Amino acid sequence: MPRLSSIPVNQWNRPMNLILHAEFIAPDIKKFVIDAPLIARKAQPGQFVILRVWEKGERIPITIVDGDAVNGAVTLIVQGLGKTTRQMNLLKTGDYLHDIVGPLGQATHIENFGLAVCISGGVGTAEALPIAKALKAAGNNVISIIGARQKALVICEAEMRAVCDEVFVTTDDGSYGQPGLVTDVLKTILTRERKPDFVLAVGPLPMMQGVAEMTRPFAIKTMVSLNSIMIDGTGMCGGCRATVGGKTVFVCVDGPEFDAHQVNFSEIARRQKQFSEHEKISIDILNTQPDKAQHQCRLSKVISDTSLT
Amino acid sequence: MSAILLSKKERMAIPRQPMPEQPPLIRNRNFNEVNLGYDAETAVREAQRCLDCPRPTCIDGCPVSIKIPDFIRLIVARDFLGAARKIKEDNLLPSVCGRVCPQEEQCEKTCVLKGKFEPVSIGRLERFVADYERQHGQAQIAVSATRNAKKIAIVGSGPSGLACASDLVQWGYDVTIFEALHEFGGVLIYGIPEFRLPKAILKYEIENLRCMGVRFEANFIVGKTMTVDELLGPAGFVAVFLGVGAGLPWFMNIPGENLMGVYSANEFLTRVNLMRAYEFPEADTPIRIGKKVVVVGGGNTAMDAVRTAKRLGAESATIVYRRSEVEMPARIEEVHHAKEEGIIFQTLTNPVEFIADEQGWVKTARCLQMGLGEPGADGRRRPIPIQGSEFDIPADLVVMAIGNGSNPLISRTTADLQCNKWGNIIVSDKNGRTSKRGVFAGGDIVSGGATVILAMGAGRDAARSIDEFIKTNQWESDTTGDNTIV
Repeated sequence: MPRLSSIPVNQWNRPMNLILHAEFIAPDIKKFVIDAPLIARKAQPGQFVILRVWEKGERIPITIVDGDAVNGAVTLIVQGLGKTTRQMNLLKTGDYLHDIVGPLGQATHIENFGLAVCISGGVGTAEALPIAKALKAAGNNVISIIGARQKALVICEAEMRAVCDEVFVTTDDGSYGQPGLVTDVLKTILTRERKPDFVLAVGPLPMMQGVAEMTRPFAIKTMVSLNSIMIDGTGMCGGCRATVGGKTVFVCVDGPEFDAHQVNFSEIARRQKQFSEHEKISIDILNTQPDKAQHQCRLSKVISDTSLT
Repeated sequence: MSAILLSKKERMAIPRQPMPEQPPLIRNRNFNEVNLGYDAETAVREAQRCLDCPRPTCIDGCPVSIKIPDFIRLIVARDFLGAARKIKEDNLLPSVCGRVCPQEEQCEKTCVLKGKFEPVSIGRLERFVADYERQHGQAQIAVSATRNAKKIAIVGSGPSGLACASDLVQWGYDVTIFEALHEFGGVLIYGIPEFRLPKAILKYEIENLRCMGVRFEANFIVGKTMTVDELLGPAGFVAVFLGVGAGLPWFMNIPGENLMGVYSANEFLTRVNLMRAYEFPEADTPIRIGKKVVVVGGGNTAMDAVRTAKRLGAESATIVYRRSEVEMPARIEEVHHAKEEGIIFQTLTNPVEFIADEQGWVKTARCLQMGLGEPGADGRRRPIPIQGSEFDIPADLVVMAIGNGSNPLISRTTADLQCNKWGNIIVSDKNGRTSKRGVFAGGDIVSGGATVILAMGAGRDAARSIDEFIKTNQWESDTTGDNTIV
C-alpha cells in the first residue's frame, strides 16, 4: 500500500496529526490545535510533546498548552525562532504534522500552596496558563505576571484573567501594561505582607534566573520550567542534561520543572547555545532557498517508499 | 553437484575466504558499508569448507539454534533461496545477524575446525544468503493461514521485539509493535551506524514483517502515551512483551562532563544515525564535528562512535579505555577495522576531568594511567589508578560510551512489575515471564547491555512462552495465590 504523500498515517493507513486549527495570535506566534487523541487524553499541566515537521526534520520539544480529551486535540503555541519553529509556523489548518509524540516529562506538582505566583515571559505565558488553571482549581490564590517585549507579543492575557485573582502585564518598551520587567512586579509583590507560598517561572533563562535570585532570600518554593535541547525525550540520549543541586538530571524525564534555587543556570545557558552556529546556517537556507529547506516534494517520498519493496 | 563430493581432506585444504572490504583509508571518509559481502562463487567455496559433521557443534554456539550445517549444505548445492528459507526457520533477520553477531564468540567458536584450522565463516555465509534473497526475490515465509483474534503488544521495535513479533505473527497472532521514536529498529536504527548495518537493509526486513501482518505504531511511548495496564485492559491486548532495551546512558560523574562538546554515545550516534546529522544542513539535526575526538569506553558502541567521528572528519579519533586491549568487550573485527582506519587506542587510561576553553567547550581530557589488578567477578582484570600519573589529551569532542542502565519509564508506571536493584525487569528463567500476569520481557531491559542476537533469542523464547500462556491461560502466580489477574 504505497503512501501517496507526506501525510503521516497510522497502521490502518488513516491520516494522523491533522492540524485542526492554526492561527497567528501575535507576530511569529502561532496557535495550533492538533488531532492527537491519545496525547490529549493523558496530557497534564507542565508536560510537553516532541514533534517533527518533515522527514528530515529535527525533533523539538514543545509544551502542551491544553489537552482536550473530549475532542482528542492538543493545543500548542509556537514562536518561530529557530528553523523548525519557523517552518512549523508555515503550516496551516488542514496540514499535517510529520510526527508528534507524548505526553512527555513529569506533570507539574499541584497542591494548595496558598498564594501562588505564575510568572511568564513571551511564549512562556502559553505554558504557564494550564499550570495557573490547575493551581486555581486546587484552591490557590493565583497571581499572574505576564511579560513581553511589546504589546503585540502579549499572549493569553484574557485566558489568564479568566482564571487568576490578579494579573499584571509588563512590556519592555512600555507599549502596554507596566513598563519594565516581570521581576519589577515580583519585587513589589514581595514587599507585601502576604508573601507568596509558591512561585513558578516560565520563559527566557535570564528571566527565570532573575526570579530565582529574587525569591531565594525569602526561601519561597520556586520552580522553573527548563527548555533544553532534546532528541528522544525519553531519557535515552542524555542531551538535555542539566545540573540541579550539584547532580546531573535529565530534563526530559526528571523535569522539565526544577527547584529554581538549585539550578545551575549558566551551564544551561551555555548548553542551549551549543548549536547556534548550525541554527544560523539552517535559517539562512530557509530564508534564501525555501524549497530546499521545505519538504513539499511529495514525489521523492513516494519513490523512497516504493523502493523499499 | 560434484562439489558435495569433495573429500574431507579436500575441504580442509580450502583456505578461509576473506571478506572483501572497502580499503581503510577510503572507507574512513564515507558511511558506506565496510564489508562488501561474498559473491556466489566465494560463498560456495567457503561453504565447501564445512565438514558437515554428523553431530554439529556450531548449533550449540548459536543463541537461536540456526540449523547451520543444513543451510551451508544448501549453499554448496547453490540453492541460495533454499538456504535463506532454512535460516529463517530460526532467525527472521539473517541480514542483520550476519552483520552484527559476534560469531567468533558463538557459532564459529564451537566450529570443529577452530583450533587446528580456521572456523567456517558462518556469519559471512548467513549474510550472503540473506543479501542474495533480498536481491533475488523473496523466499516464502510460512505464515499461519488461520488468524486468531488474540492481540499481542510488543513494546519496542529493537531486536528482541522484532524477533518476538516475527514468531507470533507466523503463529496467527495479531501483533502490534509500539515504538517511542519515529522510526523502527531500536538500537539497529539509532545506534548501529550505516557502515556496519545499512538502513535500507533494516527497512527491508521491517517491511517484510509488515507484509506478514505485523502492525507498527511509531511515536507511541508505553508508560506515557498508554500504560501497560491500559494495553492489557481497555486496549484489548492479551499479552504484552517488553523489549525496551537499555536506554539510559551512564556517565562517569566526573567534573566537566556537562561541558559543551561532551556527548553520550547514544546522543552522538542518534544524531548521526537516526537523525542523519551527517547530511546537515540537508537534514535539520546538527552535530559538532570534532577535530580531536576522544571516545571513552571499549565496547562495540565505543568503536561505532569513534569510527563515526573519524568519518565525520576528525583529524584524530582516540579510544580511551581503562583496561588493556585484551579486556575490551568490543568484537575483535571492530577493533581491527578501527585500527585499520587510523583510530588511536589509548588503553590503560581513564579520564578524571574534562577541562573547558573560555567559551565553555571541552578542550582537554585529563586522564590517569591505570594498571591491572586481580581479576574481578567477571574474570577480567580490574583497572587500578596509578597515583600521580595525570596527563592531558587534547579533545574538542568527547563521547562517553561506557554503557547504559535500564530506563525506568515503564517500571515506574507499571504496578506489580518487579525489577532488580539495577532496574532490570526480573523474569522467570527462559520463558520471559515477569512478576505481572500477561507481561513478558526480554533483551537488554532484562539482561543489561548485551548483543543483538541474545536479545533476539530472548524475544523468541518469550514468543513461545506467550503462545503457551494464551493456550493454557496458566500463570505461575495463579497457583501461589498471588492474584494479579486483570
